[in-house]
Amino acid sequence: MELSIISLILLYYLKRPMGLITVSPEWKRLFNSGMVLAGVLLILASVKIPLISHLATIISFLVAALIVYLVLKNEELHHRKGMIYAWLPIIVINFLGELTLLISPDFYDSWENYFNITEFFAFMWAIVMWINNTKQRKALEAEKLKALQREEKYKITESIKEQLEKQVIERTAELTAQKNDLEKALHDLKATQDQLVHAEKMASLGELTAGIAHEIQNPLNFVNNFSEVSNELLAELKEELEKGNTAEALEIAVDVSSNLEKISHHGKRAESIVKGMLQHSRTNTGEKVETDLNQLADEYLRLSYHGLRAKDKSFTADFKLHADPNLPKIPVIHQDIGRVLLNLINNGFYAAAEKKNQLKEAKDPLAESFIPKVTVETKALKNSVEISIEDNGPGIPAEIQSKIFQPFFTTKPTGKGTGLGLSMSYEIITKGHGGKLSVSSKPGLFTKFIITIPQV
Amino acid sequence: MKILIVDDERDVEDLFRQKFRKEVRSGDLELAFAFSGDEALKILSADNPPKVVYVFSDINMPGMTGLELLDKIKERFPHIQVSMISAYGDQENFKKAMDSGAKEFFTKPIDFISLKKEIGKLIDKHNS
Repeated sequence: MELSIISLILLYYLKRPMGLITVSPEWKRLFNSGMVLAGVLLILASVKIPLISHLATIISFLVAALIVYLVLKNEELHHRKGMIYAWLPIIVINFLGELTLLISPDFYDSWENYFNITEFFAFMWAIVMWINNTKQRKALEAEKLKALQREEKYKITESIKEQLEKQVIERTAELTAQKNDLEKALHDLKATQDQLVHAEKMASLGELTAGIAHEIQNPLNFVNNFSEVSNELLAELKEELEKGNTAEALEIAVDVSSNLEKISHHGKRAESIVKGMLQHSRTNTGEKVETDLNQLADEYLRLSYHGLRAKDKSFTADFKLHADPNLPKIPVIHQDIGRVLLNLINNGFYAAAEKKNQLKEAKDPLAESFIPKVTVETKALKNSVEISIEDNGPGIPAEIQSKIFQPFFTTKPTGKGTGLGLSMSYEIITKGHGGKLSVSSKPGLFTKFIITIPQV
Repeated sequence: MKILIVDDERDVEDLFRQKFRKEVRSGDLELAFAFSGDEALKILSADNPPKVVYVFSDINMPGMTGLELLDKIKERFPHIQVSMISAYGDQENFKKAMDSGAKEFFTKPIDFISLKKEIGKLIDKHNS
């Protein structure tokens, strides 16, 4: 009878889920049928009908044995092993008791106390095991729950990671596109810069052209005139010789030979101007050549003056070159330094003429007597060479002195200046020649740009 | 007869002296040279009345330009004749010079044949 109750209890627990573990529906159905069977057996065993109740008892043995067997043999039910071990002693004791009762009730009666005591211990064992199992199960469940939470967290992390990766890919694509755009913009800017540099060069060449034409025309005139006059002189020389005027003839001969020297001098002058022009327009080779800066300054001072003069007929100015006769030749990029000089001298003339205009506009009585002037001075210093370009223009206010070397900074009206002249000059002197370009100015009085180029 | 030539190119002096060698030697012509407008005015002011009767001036010179010099000469010595010589034979300079009372306007390179004619006329006038 007890076995049937035990079977009922076991079956009841077997079909219920343990924590997160559930058994399959097939097993559940089997356990339900088992419970019905156990219930029937319980009733049959308790009604005490001879033979039938004995039979029910035997069947209930088999049922209990079957339950034990199934749980221990089937992997799917192993989670209930603990329960089976808890109940096994009591099942065995009961089995033995019932068996003894069936075979020899007398023997059972005389040993009943022992059976009862054993049964009590087995029952205690079951309860202890029960408590222990429950504890273990709870711990296991908590562990499982934790694992599950971890898994959940992991899943969330995974999904965040995935999302992040997607975002990273998107951002990377965006950034790559941006980088490409920027690279293109940079490339365009560089191309524009090159164009601007070229335009600036061409603009300064344009400024030069008129000056060059004048500067070439002058020596050519002398070449033509002196060769012509020499011809005339030679005719006279012949006449004088025929007349026997040797002294006169000698005098003429001296003149002719001095004329030939002059022809050669002016021819060379024209040649050097053409060379200078070619050098100015030629693409920069960056080659440094030992250069006489006095000559270069003189050349560009004249070119600048005559250039401006040719462009604007009303332009008048005075210019002076104070050349240091001890100035050493130093290696410079001829064309670049030429551009710097041209730029600074042009600026000087422009500023000085501007001052005269300002005076005129203000109806200042000094306007008439004011003569715009640019003075270029060369000086040999200890380890360097200094070239200063000074104008008596309106000066540069202190607040913009720091800006004048910035690209595109200009005070000239729109279209009159690119704003690149000084910044390019600055680059050429500092980066190209390791020198210095500084400015000093007193508003209303003068502006002086000072170029210092180290000798080595 | 004394004429003054104003040009910032110093070789102009040699050129004129040789070109007018015969006239100078015969004493018909005396040449004076100035290399700037200021110098020209100094020379003109040196004698009172000035011996110079004719001035040939370049227009493009540093400092005072030939046109300014022309104005000043006409203002201070109205009887002195002035002709301009310029590398830039443009209308603007020509008109300005003529308006200011210039006698002739020569362009560089100097056409010495016409210049000689002009000076020859002067000498003839002077001698007669």
